[in-house]
Amino acid sequence: MPMTMKPRQRVDLMLSFNLVITISLCYVAILFMVAFLAERRATMGNATWLYSPLIYTLSLSIYCTAWTFYGAVGYAARSGLEFATIYLGPTLVMIGWWWILRKLVRIGRAHRITSIADLVSSRFGKSTTLGMIVTLISVVAATPYIALQLQSVTLSFSVFAQSNGQVWHQADLNATAMWVAMGLVVFTVLFGTRNLDANERHHGIVMAIAVEAVVKLLALLAVGVFVVWGIAGGPTEMLARIDNSSITLWDHNGGRWISLLFLSAAAFICLPRMFQVLVVENADERHLAIASWAFPGYLLLMSLFVVPIAVIGLDLLPTGSNPDLFVLTIPLSEGQNGLAMLSFLGGFSSATSMVMVATIALATMVSNHIVVPIWLSMRPNQQAVISGDIRHVILLARRLSIAGVLFLGFIYYRLSGGGAALAAIGLVSFSGAVQILPAMLGGIFWRGATRIGAAAGLSVGLVLWLWTLFLPSFGADAVISQAVFDHGPFGWTWLRPQALFGIGGLDPLVHGIFWSMLLNTGTFLVGSLVSFPKPLERLQGAQFVNVFEHSAAAPAWTNAAAGAEDLLIMAQRIMGSTDAQAIFEREATRQGKKGYLPEVTPAFVELLERELAGSVGAATAHAMVGQLIGGSGVSVEDLIAVADEAAQILEYSSRLEAKSNEQEQTARALRDANAKLTALSIQKDAFLSQISHELRTPMTSIRSFSDILRDGEMTDAEQKRYSGIIHDEAIRLTRLLDDLLDLSVLENGQVMLNEQSGSLSELLDRAIGAAGLLNSDLVILRAPEVANVTIKTDLDRLVQVFINLIANARKYCDARHPRLRISVHDRGSHYYIDFVDNGSGIAFDNQQLIFEKFSRLSDGAKAGGAGLGLAICREIMRRLGGDITYLPGQYGTAFRLRLPKKRVPHALAQT
Amino acid sequence: MSLGPKSKIFLEQAGYRQRRVRDAVRLLPLLGIVLLSIPLLWPRLEPPEAYSSGALVYIFGVWVALIAISAFLSRTMHADDDEAAPKGGSDA
Repeated sequence: MPMTMKPRQRVDLMLSFNLVITISLCYVAILFMVAFLAERRATMGNATWLYSPLIYTLSLSIYCTAWTFYGAVGYAARSGLEFATIYLGPTLVMIGWWWILRKLVRIGRAHRITSIADLVSSRFGKSTTLGMIVTLISVVAATPYIALQLQSVTLSFSVFAQSNGQVWHQADLNATAMWVAMGLVVFTVLFGTRNLDANERHHGIVMAIAVEAVVKLLALLAVGVFVVWGIAGGPTEMLARIDNSSITLWDHNGGRWISLLFLSAAAFICLPRMFQVLVVENADERHLAIASWAFPGYLLLMSLFVVPIAVIGLDLLPTGSNPDLFVLTIPLSEGQNGLAMLSFLGGFSSATSMVMVATIALATMVSNHIVVPIWLSMRPNQQAVISGDIRHVILLARRLSIAGVLFLGFIYYRLSGGGAALAAIGLVSFSGAVQILPAMLGGIFWRGATRIGAAAGLSVGLVLWLWTLFLPSFGADAVISQAVFDHGPFGWTWLRPQALFGIGGLDPLVHGIFWSMLLNTGTFLVGSLVSFPKPLERLQGAQFVNVFEHSAAAPAWTNAAAGAEDLLIMAQRIMGSTDAQAIFEREATRQGKKGYLPEVTPAFVELLERELAGSVGAATAHAMVGQLIGGSGVSVEDLIAVADEAAQILEYSSRLEAKSNEQEQTARALRDANAKLTALSIQKDAFLSQISHELRTPMTSIRSFSDILRDGEMTDAEQKRYSGIIHDEAIRLTRLLDDLLDLSVLENGQVMLNEQSGSLSELLDRAIGAAGLLNSDLVILRAPEVANVTIKTDLDRLVQVFINLIANARKYCDARHPRLRISVHDRGSHYYIDFVDNGSGIAFDNQQLIFEKFSRLSDGAKAGGAGLGLAICREIMRRLGGDITYLPGQYGTAFRLRLPKKRVPHALAQT
Repeated sequence: MSLGPKSKIFLEQAGYRQRRVRDAVRLLPLLGIVLLSIPLLWPRLEPPEAYSSGALVYIFGVWVALIAISAFLSRTMHADDDEAAPKGGSDA
């Protein structure tokens, strides 16, 4: 045993060894009490404070083991500031919680993850093999670490014994280690396996480690304060002492600095015990936000006095003293027995809390991923699941696993004979756990990661770690002979454990981490790229990677052929009858049924499997359910069907959206049409009342004058005048009816056009002749170019328009010397023929109105027209393929005719 | 009915600030890595023991700063925001 330290003998102030034993037993009793009370409070239901972020943060402190408590000082004495990397790595992970921890916690809650092995196994298609590999790595990596804790407790006992004058032999140490191990087994079994659901929190244990977290922090701070203020005399003096000490604070080994930062950061999330407290025991995601700074703060305080203690210890204690025990030996040598006792309890706390959580985590993994799968595979189908008491089997397996893990640690302790520097084993253990990192991170961030890739990467990592770090850690000629160290196995020099591929000269730790992580990650990536995942892997991969998006989840079971009763029996055997019945009853109620037996839908099977996974892990739960269901798991087609369904829903919804847009457009069109119809209807009514009025006026005078004529007794002159009036009125009536008929024919498109060629000038002559200008003083001015224009269209109809316009000018032009100017413009395909008089024009508001039927501005009676003229003109012009518009801004009433040189086809088609 | 809430492109000021706080939380570990790598740039001294307590003060100073920033950010950040809804339940 390497303890060569000889504390100063101050017999008068010595603690008796028995007192130390008594105090530590009392301390253990207090822990029992605390755990027991917390457990009872929790069952009574009033334990909300157990879920506080403070308790969560303190429970994370199991990261600081006895290796931290004692070993950090030794580490600092040997390598200076490098010790801080072990705490800076976790600090980086915690302050970067948004990246990884948040996702892990969310996945852990959503999938009821029980351990890191369960996470990897569940992600890669609930693979039993992967669960086994991860469990194996974890157990192998953790065993030396547990041995380390036993050793530190034993060593600290022996320090007291020696300071008491006793000389301890190896046998005494072994016996102590055994007693400590057994005590831990009892405590852990008692509080760690109360309930089978590993996903539930272990209140007793968590509370106990929270108390221990406070004790170890206080102890280390107390020693630190004593050293800085009690021995050195203040911070300034302390810094001066550090400057003068022989410790190499910074040795510029960049490779080790970065490697250790990475190693501790990765180990912080990969160590099974850290995963247990970080993810499994996490009660609320929001606690992470607080722990993200509180836990780094805890680590800072734990590290704050490490260098001072190391410096003072080197100064104060005789050369050759074990720096790993300075925390204990400095107070002892200074006669501070109370402080020494507190320090001892701090170390004891560090060791025990770590061992408890580590064994719970490992035991869960061993029982869920090794024992139960083997037990299941030994039973014939179905029978395993519904007969035989699974609950007890699993609980027993877990208890035995706890004992087994501690026993392994104890064996390792015995075999290694106490080991050399504590820190060296700790780092080797870390680098073993870190081999899980690529599979875990790849699994939660990359959907393409596959089971085959993960298994290959993990295996390569495990083998390389064993070869380059674990086996060499026993020393030359212990497991690997010196010859192999020098020349490689079978003389293959490229396989030398500390100089792989012939690259020697590296720090062994950096060398081991570099090659194992590089090849592990590389194999994982390549393996994932070239392999094809099973449907369940793809399903789980999508759910893990997209855990924050509540995407449509595919059911893991498609055809639930099992009877509800079989499932209930199985669930009862795992969860206990109360819990199982509660789940079944809840589901039955949800389905609207009475009793305990719901319809076995795929969704229910999935829910049940998830509940079971909280107890036995995803892989085992899946296998058990699969045995009952008959293996009708999800297939690629199902996955694609789900994707299709989602796509269809998406498409359907976008189609609906398009359709609703369309309907809106239709509705708008309908509204417009309706408005037009309403307007038309109003127009029609107005038209009818107009026309009856227009017809009645001449009819009335015809009737009254014909009455007078019938009565006779009048002069010839009168008779002549009256019959003249009747004649005029009859003509007016006929003209009105002709116009109406004309308009109706034009509007219905029934008009036959008679196309001819003619000179515009001649047409105008005809029009002027017919317009009745004889008694009028209207002067018509024709622009000279009018004479040269030849038009090819229905000339008679065009003349009708001209007559109308000229007659209008004659009737309505109110100038003293009325003039009508007619001009023509050649605009390519059209002629524009303008009729502009020098009247007062038409107000803007009325410019559109004048083309409507029966529209007469002011008093139309004077003109004697029915107001159909312009309406007929417009219809004619449209039939001819042109148009008539009012031309504003001409200092008079102006109309413009637009006449195509050639009639456009659509106008022809309408004929 | 569309699948899932459409993520907004532009937010009001408070939401914008929250996004940037989250960015800061994401970036903080990178800052830590940079600051903790600075010692690798320090000049090599002979003998190496010559490094004074300044190195110690630097490392612990960075540590304290990181903790303080992290504490500030986690207090500024609203935990129960859309992205960080804590009640995931067992159905996700």
